[in-house]
Amino acid sequence: MFSRDRWQEIFQTIRKNKLRTFLSGFTVALGILIFTVLFGMGNGLKNTFNEFFMDDATNTFYLYPGRTSVPYKGFKKGRQVEFRNDDLEDIKKDFALYLDKITPRTSKSELARYKGESNTYNVRAVAPAYQEMEKNILMKGRYINEKDIAERAKNIVIGRLVEIDLFGKSESALGKYLNVGGVMYRIVGVFQDDGGDNEERYIYMPYTTRQLLDKGTDKIDQIVLTYKTNIGYAGAMAFDTSLYKYLKDKHKVAPEDQNGIYLSNTADIVRRNMMFANVLQIVVVFVGIGTLIAGVIGISNIMVFVVKERTKELGIRKALGATPASVIGLVLQESIFITTIAGYIGLVLGMGILSLMGNNFKEDYFITNPEVGLDVVITATVILIFFGVVAGYIPAKRAARVKPIVALRDE
Amino acid sequence: MIEIKDLHKSYRMGSNSLHVLKGLNLSIKEGELVAIMGSSGSGKSTFLNILGMLDEADSGQYVLDSVPIKDLNETKAAKYRNKFLGFIFQSFNLINYKTAIENVSLPLYYQKVNRKERQEKALQYLEKVGLKQWADHLPSELSGGQKQRVAIARALAAEPKVLLADELTGALDSKTSYEIMELIQEINDEGKTILVVTHEPDIANMCKRIVHLKDGVIVEDTFVEQVRASEYVQ
Ligand SMILES: Nc1ncnc2c1ncn2[C@@H]1O[C@H](COP(=O)(O)OP(=O)(O)O)[C@@H](O)[C@H]1O
Ligand SMILES: [Mg+2]
Repeated sequence: MFSRDRWQEIFQTIRKNKLRTFLSGFTVALGILIFTVLFGMGNGLKNTFNEFFMDDATNTFYLYPGRTSVPYKGFKKGRQVEFRNDDLEDIKKDFALYLDKITPRTSKSELARYKGESNTYNVRAVAPAYQEMEKNILMKGRYINEKDIAERAKNIVIGRLVEIDLFGKSESALGKYLNVGGVMYRIVGVFQDDGGDNEERYIYMPYTTRQLLDKGTDKIDQIVLTYKTNIGYAGAMAFDTSLYKYLKDKHKVAPEDQNGIYLSNTADIVRRNMMFANVLQIVVVFVGIGTLIAGVIGISNIMVFVVKERTKELGIRKALGATPASVIGLVLQESIFITTIAGYIGLVLGMGILSLMGNNFKEDYFITNPEVGLDVVITATVILIFFGVVAGYIPAKRAARVKPIVALRDE
Repeated sequence: MIEIKDLHKSYRMGSNSLHVLKGLNLSIKEGELVAIMGSSGSGKSTFLNILGMLDEADSGQYVLDSVPIKDLNETKAAKYRNKFLGFIFQSFNLINYKTAIENVSLPLYYQKVNRKERQEKALQYLEKVGLKQWADHLPSELSGGQKQRVAIARALAAEPKVLLADELTGALDSKTSYEIMELIQEINDEGKTILVVTHEPDIANMCKRIVHLKDGVIVEDTFVEQVRASEYVQ
């Protein structure tokens, strides 16, 4: 197998039979190339999907107060329900088993001004836990912290695009004072977010500061919370039911009233999205397998052709003393060599095409960062080589068994 | 060198079988130059192929250089062919993408001779057949006579006990045929045992013994006065 003479013999046949080499090499290279590109594009679709739907924390409940639609316990219908700080404390206390993080969220649209520049932004008053729910990544400084909450500090964190809008590309906003809705705040952090441009145009402030400015109220708008992921889907649904009942009870909303309080649970959405992602994955795998099968069939046909074309030559070799094993070895080693080199070329080209595609197809075709794991492509190449060997072995073996007189018979 | 006893061979074609060799007996000593004659279809090639282990007899004995040849598996047959026998075919059977010297060194490759030695030996035999300066030419660049010379050099390179030639002049004009026979005679003069299958009487008469095959049996086996091919070659 590794003798230098054998390799020289093989290199010679490869060099002197260019068409044959080209045909089998081309098939394999094309097979691997198509496999790599299709698989990569499939992964790109999946990446887009994940970016769209998996950006924010996926184990989240949103609670919104509403107006009651049923009279209950002496209250008339149409009453506006309001959440207060003690709701946060109660949930923390009574649902410690399920709860991971909790934060209020009060949104308000306000004009922000810095020197000559101004713009209107959505300003959200939150607790520190909110960073994790939005998956905000701090570029500079820090997020709102517990000290800000306790001291009702006039500190804010702004999105990357807010900084660019108001401070331009060169000036850093960190530590600067920003006029938001007529109040001066100090910018303590700048964040970025993968969820798209809108998510980078938010301003965050401590919810206690907002309450202070709203004449010392302890009202909050919405509650956002995450549950511990280890409770699973069933646990999340159980948490959903008992929390909803608990809050209705506390705020004197009739059990059958669907409007007093809203609870939106992402667990269901996430589940559906995950299923869709899995379907995508299966499609990608099928496409890959399909391409591979086509490649295997191609290489098999070529091997049959190659052996047929060489029958006479192999007959001569046998008459001169080639053993069946050496005939098989000669044919197979050549095909393995060609498939390996060609597979490698296809792999490099495929990877090259994917990296050229990059994110150019993101907007129109929803393909983000198309790529294939090296392990996947190498496995595919090995499979192709393996089947090339199997495909070559059968005719090679037949050729080795053909009696030299049959092979040498004059046509 | 060669002992044949009661050799039978038939080809099965569908339901009927064609009995080609019907009990051949033949003994050939070292250094002989034997012509096997007969009309077309008389079984000459079949006989030669059996001697060359390219085909198997149905029954009978075959002893080559004191080695009984029977029940050979493919691998063993390949080894024996390589060690004992050199073939020369009517259609030359050179590998078309290999140069003359590469063709000649191929049997040595299967003898596991190292590359340098292969090269030297192949060149030496090419010189013997008068084609040293054509060593790097492809078969397609050679004339019929030259191709057959390369084939002879290739058959000799393995230093076999016996040379088997099947209609080796069949594809050549008579002048070239005589030149090739002259070479065969020279090789025989050096002591090599050679069997030549032919249906041409003038070629047969350049051998030392003529065996006539007819309908699968040997009808005549005579030692003759050898006609030197050099008489015809200027
Ligand atoms: N492989 C084969 N299968 C069937 N019949 C064959 C085969 N080889 C030869 N024959 C037949 O055997 C007979 C002898 O053939 P062959 O030995 O080639 O004769 P020769 O060389 O004397 O012309 C012929 O009739 C030929 O048709
Ligand atoms: Mg014949």
